[in-house]
Amino acid sequence: MRSNKALAGLLAPPLLWLVVAYLGALFAIFATAFFTTDPFTNQVVRTFTLENFRALLDPTYLRIIGRTLLIAATVTVLCIVIAVPFAFFMARVAPARIRGLLVAAVLVPLWASYLVKAYAWRTMVQPGGVLESAFGSTPGYGLAAVVLTLTYLWLPYMILPVYAGFERLPVSHLEASADLGGRGLTTFRRVILPSVLPSIAAGTIFTFSLSLGDYIAVQIVGGKLQVLGTAVLQNITLDLPFAAALGTTSVVIMVLYLLAVRRTGALDNL
Amino acid sequence: MRIGAVAAVAALALAACGDSGSQSPGGGGTAGGSGMQVPDLKPLDKLGEPEGQVSVLAWPGYVEDGSNDPKVDWVSDFEKSSGCQVTVKTFGTSDEAVQLFRTGQYDTVSASGDATLRLIAAGDVEPVNTSLIPNYADIFEALKMQPWNSVNDVPYGIPHGRGANLLMYRTDMVKPAPDSWAAVFDKGSEQKGKVTAYDSPIYIADAALYLMATKPDLGIKDPYALDSKQLAAAVDLLKAQKENIGEYWSDYLKEIQAFKSGSSTVGTTWQVIANVAQGEKAPVEVVLPKEGSTGWSDTWMVGAKSKVKTCAYKFIDHIVSPKANAAVAEYFGEAPANKKSCAETTDPKHCDTFHAEDEEYFSQVHYWNTPISACLDGRADVKCTDYAEWTKAWTEIRNS
Repeated sequence: MRSNKALAGLLAPPLLWLVVAYLGALFAIFATAFFTTDPFTNQVVRTFTLENFRALLDPTYLRIIGRTLLIAATVTVLCIVIAVPFAFFMARVAPARIRGLLVAAVLVPLWASYLVKAYAWRTMVQPGGVLESAFGSTPGYGLAAVVLTLTYLWLPYMILPVYAGFERLPVSHLEASADLGGRGLTTFRRVILPSVLPSIAAGTIFTFSLSLGDYIAVQIVGGKLQVLGTAVLQNITLDLPFAAALGTTSVVIMVLYLLAVRRTGALDNL
Repeated sequence: MRIGAVAAVAALALAACGDSGSQSPGGGGTAGGSGMQVPDLKPLDKLGEPEGQVSVLAWPGYVEDGSNDPKVDWVSDFEKSSGCQVTVKTFGTSDEAVQLFRTGQYDTVSASGDATLRLIAAGDVEPVNTSLIPNYADIFEALKMQPWNSVNDVPYGIPHGRGANLLMYRTDMVKPAPDSWAAVFDKGSEQKGKVTAYDSPIYIADAALYLMATKPDLGIKDPYALDSKQLAAAVDLLKAQKENIGEYWSDYLKEIQAFKSGSSTVGTTWQVIANVAQGEKAPVEVVLPKEGSTGWSDTWMVGAKSKVKTCAYKFIDHIVSPKANAAVAEYFGEAPANKKSCAETTDPKHCDTFHAEDEEYFSQVHYWNTPISACLDGRADVKCTDYAEWTKAWTEIRNS
């Protein structure tokens, strides 16, 4: 009885936080999306309308949503391509002594401010910047720069779960595969990949959701590029209900994505 | 547990999309210059004891306390003498100013003409008692009781200063030196990918101003009074311009950096931006193009919900006092509002350079104004496009 009370006391604050701050905010945004604004003062007027959701179907906004999904997907794929071999090397090949150093190397950039890193990329891709002087050309501000920057920013969030996945993989499984005649590629395809797939999926939740919602890096290196986040930002000052409707789309996309990822069992790997 | 994780990650994605802001319920008055419906608010009748602090929302460069540059400081002395500690938050566009001011965290704001009426109509600001601002007596008469700072003969703010938006260019990359807004419109392709423009619906007026000079048959008389056909022409011009745009700016620091690095070479700017960029050794120059320009005439306003109105009044009186007003005018690069400021500037010709008393000059400058459906140029046979339509048009341009 007493331990029940203690447990309730322990859980109440975080639960309250979750319900009020997270779910409450989500609900407030969803509710706001049904309001409209006064055309002159830009104040929110609380009359029910579906106009904001109808406006989302405008080709302009469908393009923005498509573009944002494309960026998030590209960043996620790039992160997987870089993270899987790297994590495999860290967990399986590198000597234990170096392993700690490598993990630190992955973690260290996370200590630097997000803004510093984004601005560093801004100066690197600008005309006459490091990229141009080193490789002879630069993508300039725009989609390519955004993908590059976001891939750089979110890579550690992919490497860490995949690394953990490789580490958890028992050596005996690999040995069993070898005993049964499995060569390197077969072992990778039939033993390693299935067991780290949930870890990769867990990593994609971070890279995908963070890319989907990002608007600061886009403002810094995106030039005139418009994505969901920047469209929300632009509308916040002028048409809050429509900004809320735009924000709702990214929530819906994430919920669908999480439901899909859940089937891989990745949520147990978070 | 799983649901918790789902919700947490979803909320994470959402948090990155910006906050929902706090908004008071609607019910603002209808628009319409004089005869406008405004909330019934009373000005302060007398000053009390200074409350110890005041929170100011201002354009960058208006309220400098030495924290950006130790040599640029006209606030610290006021803090000591008045007993009002000043905190400043800057904004990049009038839309941002309106949104920030509505949070109720600020006591006074330097609002341009495209923000003032919105704030008045929504009851965010209250009338001012000009007799509590001793320096009001020295303000140029031409700035007092104008359509953007008064409603129905009630003053809602104290004039601060005025100026024109300018065309800035890299002297080493843009040759010959431009003298026309064509540099960012019809001839923008000469600097393809390096043109910059101001990121706000009010920038539509810059396009309209250019059309006023180049396409007289459109019949634009006032860049803030556009019927739907004229707006469409401006939108087309801006969409064509977008091909040549590298970046839009609303953060002045970002524009300075872009011009320094050469990723932007030509575009609209404020004098203060050019001053800072030149100070950082960027080879930039500014010009007032031959078509004239859009510009601003700013007003200090008092928040209706402010709890520190004595400090707010004292602050406003200080910022329009001859010395401080002169310092702001020189630093920002604008014409001061206070007559006596002209004797206080370090450059004795400042007031001449910025045409402080030249009403004819300022008749060429189209101050930022809020477009409303009743045409501001007096046309009665058509309906003009209001700011909501401008907002929609701008979003369409930006997202196209």
